[in-house]
Amino acid sequence: MTAVTAPPPSTSADPTPRHPRRRPPSTGRRAYYVMVLPALALFLLFHTLPVLQGLYYSLTDYAGYGRYDFVGPSNYLALFQDSRIWESYLFTFRFALVATVLTNLIALAVALGLNGRIRFRNTLRGVFFIPNVLAILIVGYIFNYLFSNSLPYIAEKLGIEALSTSILADPDLAWVGVVILAVWQAVAFNVIIYLAGLQTVPEDLYEAATLDGAGAWQRFRSVTLPLIGPFVTINMVLALRNFLQVFDHIAALTKGGPGTSTTSVAHLIYNGGLNGGEYAYQTANAVLFFICIVVISIFQLRILQRREGSV
Amino acid sequence: MSTTVPGNEPLPRPSRPRVNWWLTALMAVLSLTVLVPLYFTAVTALKSPDQLGGSGFGLPEDIRWSNFSDAWRLTNFPSAMMNSALITVGAVVLTLLTNSLVAYAIARNMHRRFFKGLYYYFVSALFVPFPIIMLPVVKQTSLLGLDNQSGLILLYVVYGLAFNIFLYVGFLRSVPKELEEAARTDGAGTWTIFRRVIFPLLMPMNATVGILTCLWAWNDFLLPLVILSDPSAQTLPLAQYIFQSQFNTNYTVAFASYLMALAPVLLVYVFAQRWVISGVMRGSIK
Repeated sequence: MTAVTAPPPSTSADPTPRHPRRRPPSTGRRAYYVMVLPALALFLLFHTLPVLQGLYYSLTDYAGYGRYDFVGPSNYLALFQDSRIWESYLFTFRFALVATVLTNLIALAVALGLNGRIRFRNTLRGVFFIPNVLAILIVGYIFNYLFSNSLPYIAEKLGIEALSTSILADPDLAWVGVVILAVWQAVAFNVIIYLAGLQTVPEDLYEAATLDGAGAWQRFRSVTLPLIGPFVTINMVLALRNFLQVFDHIAALTKGGPGTSTTSVAHLIYNGGLNGGEYAYQTANAVLFFICIVVISIFQLRILQRREGSV
Repeated sequence: MSTTVPGNEPLPRPSRPRVNWWLTALMAVLSLTVLVPLYFTAVTALKSPDQLGGSGFGLPEDIRWSNFSDAWRLTNFPSAMMNSALITVGAVVLTLLTNSLVAYAIARNMHRRFFKGLYYYFVSALFVPFPIIMLPVVKQTSLLGLDNQSGLILLYVVYGLAFNIFLYVGFLRSVPKELEEAARTDGAGTWTIFRRVIFPLLMPMNATVGILTCLWAWNDFLLPLVILSDPSAQTLPLAQYIFQSQFNTNYTVAFASYLMALAPVLLVYVFAQRWVISGVMRGSIK
């Protein structure tokens, strides 16, 4: 990258170098610009330009190929009347919310356990982190088999009627399968962050609280939780952000089905935009989704930071 | 360690406080939620199709190694593995070299409007999930002839900028400028300072960025799915996806292929576990 561009020697008014060099030292300022400009150009080309192109195409009737016309905001108006869109947003938000809360509760509990006076801490920590290094798609295929074959068999043996068929084939339950896979994978990362947070809490604070007669729950409520506030914020924001983009999980478990019950927004954009001839329509969907994400992110940061007091 | 003797509080230096064995046992049981699916994958990959059925958690009666050779052939494993390795190594190396450089220039010029603006410009991209720009990017890369491995590498390097700049700049703020100034009075130029002074100082962050980029590029599915057009360019996750749609009833071979696809990263992880975890930790805390 960024080929080393030696500045022409005339520009540097270096007073008699003490020892000979291959090239004269560049005056700082210009070199800094040379360092950032290629990256800026590439970022503009591959990130900002696509955002603008998306905005443009969202106002056309482009199918992904051939000719197209400018149609104004009609794609956006159609979005609001499309039940597929509503359902996908509803699924995505419900999934992301449930998965975020569950992931954080479980991760915090696991981190508290790992932070306790246990043996084999490093080994256990290593085991809990494994899911973070594995490809979700492949883990998803494994869970797919577990959900559709092993779980029904076990449920039937135990006489649990409701689970004796694959949960992935049930429009009302399939999303639970997606949540389980997502939480299984995401807990790994959040445990590590919570552990880091817990290690910032000084040991003597616990001792002081214990001497004051605080029980385990009270110590957690009044000592631990306030002190790891920033870590809760990071985890909630990152988890929600990642879950809102859910795609791999869906591709491996349900492909959006049964029916459209687990079609996430990302999945809909992919399917409709690249396979369904709805290029322009789905770029409008993407713009809408972008607005939602920005609003949610700002809202979330505000709420969480206010709760923490000052950050 | 030592057996717990309740009520017998010894010694002035309690370097290792009493071990809570109940908690240890509880955590060990909980860790099974992670290990059992992996165990299940391994035993299923070793079975023959007629041993499937039931809960599937039993050990294989006789081991069928041919699942692996079948999977090797059917998923085009060597080619997918090479592609994944090539893309991952390319993305990691280029990311480390370029993103740190850009971050250095930004961090040392935060008082200038242009660079400060640049910082916020890059970092604000964290709010733009990939699905939002996906459709135009697909068109663009195929137009530019970048619908291949090098295109993917380029995209990982460029899209990584947002988060990596955030990490590097945060880290560089804590690096004292005296070292650089000393080098500058010795006549070193900005490039030399970066290469000789800054880049070595950045090593802890380089480890973090390298690990995160590696896991991202190796495990990513959506970007290869939409960008790569030539089947011979398939990465491991993508090859699994294609395989799944073609042979969706051949479970034992499928599980052998899952195991093979997960094995490289698992192996590396077993040996570099502490290093990986501390790297990820450093990236999230700052």
